[in-house]
Amino acid sequence: MFDTFTDRTWLWAAAGLYFAGFVQGTVSMLRHGRPAGAATYGLIAAGYVLQLIGLGVRGRLVGGCPLGNTLELCQFTAWSAITLYLAVGVTFRASLLGYFSSCLAAILTLVSLSIPSWDAEIRRHIFGDNPWIELHAALAVFSYGIFALLALTGLLFLLRNHSLKHKNVGGWHSFLPSILDLDQMSVRLLAAGVAILAASLAVGSVYWVRDMSTVNLAKLLATVAVWLTYATTLGLRLRGWLLAKRFAWACVALFAAALLSLGPVDRSRHEVPPAGEPDRR
Amino acid sequence: MTPDGFFVLGATHHRATLAVREKLSLNAAGLADLQAELGALDGLREYAVLSTCNRVEFYGVASSPDAVARISAAFCQRQQFDAVEFDRIRLTLRGREAVQHLLEVSAGLDSQMLGETEIFGQVKDAYASAQARGSTGPVLNRIFQKGFQAAKHVRTHTAITEGQVSVANVAVDLALTIFGSLKETRILLLGAGEIGEKTAKAFLSRGAATVTVASRRFERAMELATSLGASAMPFEQRDARMAEFDVVVCATSAPDPVVLLPVVRSAMQRRPAQPLFFIDQALPRDVEPAVAEIENVFLYNLDDLAKIAAENRAAREAEIAKCRAIVAEKADALWRQVAPQIAALAVKVDSGAASPEGPASGEAVPSPRA
Repeated sequence: MFDTFTDRTWLWAAAGLYFAGFVQGTVSMLRHGRPAGAATYGLIAAGYVLQLIGLGVRGRLVGGCPLGNTLELCQFTAWSAITLYLAVGVTFRASLLGYFSSCLAAILTLVSLSIPSWDAEIRRHIFGDNPWIELHAALAVFSYGIFALLALTGLLFLLRNHSLKHKNVGGWHSFLPSILDLDQMSVRLLAAGVAILAASLAVGSVYWVRDMSTVNLAKLLATVAVWLTYATTLGLRLRGWLLAKRFAWACVALFAAALLSLGPVDRSRHEVPPAGEPDRR
Repeated sequence: MTPDGFFVLGATHHRATLAVREKLSLNAAGLADLQAELGALDGLREYAVLSTCNRVEFYGVASSPDAVARISAAFCQRQQFDAVEFDRIRLTLRGREAVQHLLEVSAGLDSQMLGETEIFGQVKDAYASAQARGSTGPVLNRIFQKGFQAAKHVRTHTAITEGQVSVANVAVDLALTIFGSLKETRILLLGAGEIGEKTAKAFLSRGAATVTVASRRFERAMELATSLGASAMPFEQRDARMAEFDVVVCATSAPDPVVLLPVVRSAMQRRPAQPLFFIDQALPRDVEPAVAEIENVFLYNLDDLAKIAAENRAAREAEIAKCRAIVAEKADALWRQVAPQIAALAVKVDSGAASPEGPASGEAVPSPRA
């Protein structure tokens, strides 16, 4: 049944639902001054299922976790962020987090699908038959999804802080979670992201240590730099040296930097002989 | 035979001043006695009494044209209130208009503080009490139960209850936007006056962990703390212990600020990750305005709180038309259901102009709101 449509069709449909969630949230905010909580959650959940199917079809095509080109990295990052949102969104008073999550997912999925060069090359069996390398890559990109959500909670913190400091607490501001909830959510997300990226690096390091020639130095440096920066941020936050507004700004800025690091990571695949043969479209 | 035997008779804050409402208010014993008296009244088939600080209302189903006048007389006699004066201020509605009134009261549309939700519980209590006494029947049961559904519909489908309209509750809502929950929030109240007391009570009623009172007169602080179930501390300790608290409510009558910038800076160094919220309800102000510039510190003064309360009030008022339209629709539907029921009970009310309670039966007395 899933093969009725191509992977890209499923992914376009998912992107459409994420975008619909964002549009619906925007209309609701403009018309009623409030986000459409349950409706947005439903659209995001439906988009998540379609994206999972799309990634599954692509995964079968490439014979592993689909992390072989920029489109796949963006899709997997968006999917990871939405996985976490669906898990935490219902427990927090965070209907605006749903709105911003749908916005982020719509941007990542629509942009990645719209740029042909990001999906010009579909690479099969990039992890060979080694599930540990696949796990390493999947964990690394999943941590990017966590950092994406962390950037959103940082953004929400900045909005909430600004609204409280400027005595502008009515309208849609009243749907922002509390300052303390956002701060605690950010610390937990940061700790989770650092731990998962550390696990990914630990799994990967087993192979780097064995044969350094299989690893691109730019990729290694970029990934380690991202982990170190996030780990340092976590340390500073826990020691009370990076707090409140500055901590939130750091979460937003670091995600922008982490996204930029995807470039070297992706380019490295072209420089290191892959385990499988690439397909050219 | 007419279905207009359903009526409401009463006095509310619209026409009755506070002094009059004090005279008309019923304590528990008085209410029980009056209910017993009403139970023995001829021509009154069903009844329920709603008594709050803003209204005393009798809802009932009458089979006699003078039942309302006799309730009025019995009530005035019990309260030793002038019957002529009561006739002047009273509200009497019949039939569909009475149904609509009950729906509006339950939804908080007729309240002094528009959209307040406490009245809903009070109406439910009044109905439960009447039910327990056996003074309700098929008509009141249906009207009250459907009325509760309608009131819930209004509350969930409009913004009539959104935003707090009292300064004390606005302060509590702001604290919630900072701390999320009050269950671990420690409150320091500086000053033991009425304004601070109201705010402290609002925090306690919404689940604040602790309240500590500090006043320049320690015995007054102790007195207030005892009445609140809080603790007291010497006013002089406020600077040294500032970091222990999450919310500081300032309501002293001191001529100069009692919370100074260096003190707050020092407190925040000891609790850098925890926000500190100052509610300055004093005039002149108790907190140095520069305190607001400190990271993780939030300062709201009386004007800020009053402005938010006024905005919330305006937002609620903007919803009235929508609420009234919903209520009118629900009242129509409900009245269509109960009118035949009342007629079937052979409730007969004389519609003559000579009716002792004034307006002709079936014709609504204009509501003071209108």
